[in-house]
Amino acid sequence: MNMAFKQETFRDDYSYSNSAEAIRRFPFPFAEDEYMYSVNIEQHNGGEPGSVFEHAIDVDEHYVAECEDRRLVLEDDPNRYIALPHMMDAQWDMVELVMESLSRDYPDLFQLTRDGDNWHWINKPLGIDQKFVFGDEATLPMQPCEYITRQVQGDWIILDQRDDDLFADLGMVTSQADWSMAFDAGMSFKEWHGPVPQANELGIFDRALKYLLHLQYGSPVRRLNWTMTINPRLDTSPENYPLWGPDNMSVTPDNVGEKVHLRVELQALFRLPRSNAIAFSVRGYLASINDLTTYPRWAKRLHRVLTNLHPDLSEYKGLDNYRQMVIDHLAPFDDGEELALGTHPE
Amino acid sequence: MSILDVKVADVEQVTEVVKHFTLVQENGEPLPHFSGGSHVVVSMNINGRIHRNPYSLMGSTSNTDSYHISVRKQENSRGGSKFMHEQVTPGTRLQITYPVNLFAISKMGHRHILIAGGIGITPFMSQIADLNRLGYDYELHYAYRSPEHGAFREQLEEMCGNRVHFYIDSEGDRLDIPALLKQQPLGTHVYTCGPEPMVKALHLHAQNLGWPDNHVHSEEFTAPPVGDEFTVQLAKSGMDITVPGDMSMLEAMEEAGAEPPFLCRGGACGRCELEVVSCDGLIMHNDHYLSDHEKAEGRSIMPCVSRAKCSKLVVNL
Repeated sequence: MNMAFKQETFRDDYSYSNSAEAIRRFPFPFAEDEYMYSVNIEQHNGGEPGSVFEHAIDVDEHYVAECEDRRLVLEDDPNRYIALPHMMDAQWDMVELVMESLSRDYPDLFQLTRDGDNWHWINKPLGIDQKFVFGDEATLPMQPCEYITRQVQGDWIILDQRDDDLFADLGMVTSQADWSMAFDAGMSFKEWHGPVPQANELGIFDRALKYLLHLQYGSPVRRLNWTMTINPRLDTSPENYPLWGPDNMSVTPDNVGEKVHLRVELQALFRLPRSNAIAFSVRGYLASINDLTTYPRWAKRLHRVLTNLHPDLSEYKGLDNYRQMVIDHLAPFDDGEELALGTHPE
Repeated sequence: MSILDVKVADVEQVTEVVKHFTLVQENGEPLPHFSGGSHVVVSMNINGRIHRNPYSLMGSTSNTDSYHISVRKQENSRGGSKFMHEQVTPGTRLQITYPVNLFAISKMGHRHILIAGGIGITPFMSQIADLNRLGYDYELHYAYRSPEHGAFREQLEEMCGNRVHFYIDSEGDRLDIPALLKQQPLGTHVYTCGPEPMVKALHLHAQNLGWPDNHVHSEEFTAPPVGDEFTVQLAKSGMDITVPGDMSMLEAMEEAGAEPPFLCRGGACGRCELEVVSCDGLIMHNDHYLSDHEKAEGRSIMPCVSRAKCSKLVVNL
């Protein structure tokens, strides 16, 4: 595989952009014209070649720039990485999961050599060559989970399972859609989902928790979630609200196509073997409205979903300031043609 | 569900009624890592009928060149433990599920008291490996019938040193559960695996002494009891399936080609829960998952161990 990594930013001048290929593989989440929460969980055991679902952990053209953005966030605020002391087994599980997945799925970019507990890790895109002893913290430059999650896209929250519940006790969260690891650390599954409207009434969290408690090692699962973000900004954290919150007011009918981005989270859950914890990865993909309207099918579908969206969800996702502008922008693309079920671009 | 193809590398007669099996992966690769207290479900083809029994993984959680399980020969075996004892020899091929842990050490606990009765020692064999590795504070209390039934005693003495205590019933040594619980500082967790009366007694004493429920852990796999024949109807397909007296409802559905979900097959995990649409008789709940209230309501059934005394049970599958 020959992947060209982009030099681009997710802040200041926002030079982020998607290639035509990146748009084509964008995980567009709407299979129907109406959107409501559901337990839309499926097996995460591979997908179509080239799609974001193909590998356990997707690496794309934004890999190097996203890792750099994470470094910048941590430089400002080291508390975006949180590890409670009882999670050390889970930290090593994470090292194994990421190194095994990346070296297996992208052998030209990542290599892992193991001789018992003596591991040798090579990350070519980031220029890392590290020998260490698996299980011995002192042989890595920082905590194992921080070390490895600095080398992978998306946020990672590691959930300890106890008392028939899941607790967010370890995590690297630098590209979140307005939630805070520091705030949620130590909380249970229901506590951190407390603010989500509608879903609790639907009994979704009870069912989702029951399902996750039974998640098996070797059988990861995934689901998609979505929101919208103004400018291609990864770090839309509550901690930095003053830096990005006002952007919500900057959308005009003239700039809506380039400013407003559909932010799709590929959420995957992996049972970890040694710790019995669950790794929850939240990988964000950003596509501007202009990116999406290159495919008429997506333009029509998004127009309908936003038009039909329940007001509670629109408010919770923070879309109220600009949703109507997006709908107006998309209206000329929608000829009312009946669209078959499915998320495909054409 | 992910399945592993394994081969029996060694069989050892541990006591008169307990055999220890060493399993290696057929492809020669190491087996997946696991956490202390995990089990696997072993599939056995007994005269064309597939039996699946859960067995705890024993031994080191970090060296997974092989897995270790031990099986007690049950007197009224439906076939599984008898098959393991009489038919399985070095070289036998079996299929197992990936490990699942329903009996994990609570990592927030300050101290861990493990109480084993008889063959209930098996899940503790891997828990102890983890407790030792992590340097946690623990004690093991192991009760068994008579000296010749004390499986793995020497190994435990070696693994646990002075943290292990033995209670041999035939010699009049009895474990005094209330006295043991009373000595424990706040923040202690207690874990038990063994015969049902022992598990019940522990829960009762802990409750009476004011222990929080989430500090009391137990693991109990029930073998599906035999019963009367009945018919189960799958509401979505309309398929009628006869459940013979010596088969579980889950097994009968599988044999008929349905693919109901399952994990532990011992009534412990809740994964196979099915919604009951109607039942023209009584549901015989045998699981440890549903609360007494839920059992009385009769809106769910765990087909791995529970069955019905009726002519037709309709489930939402």
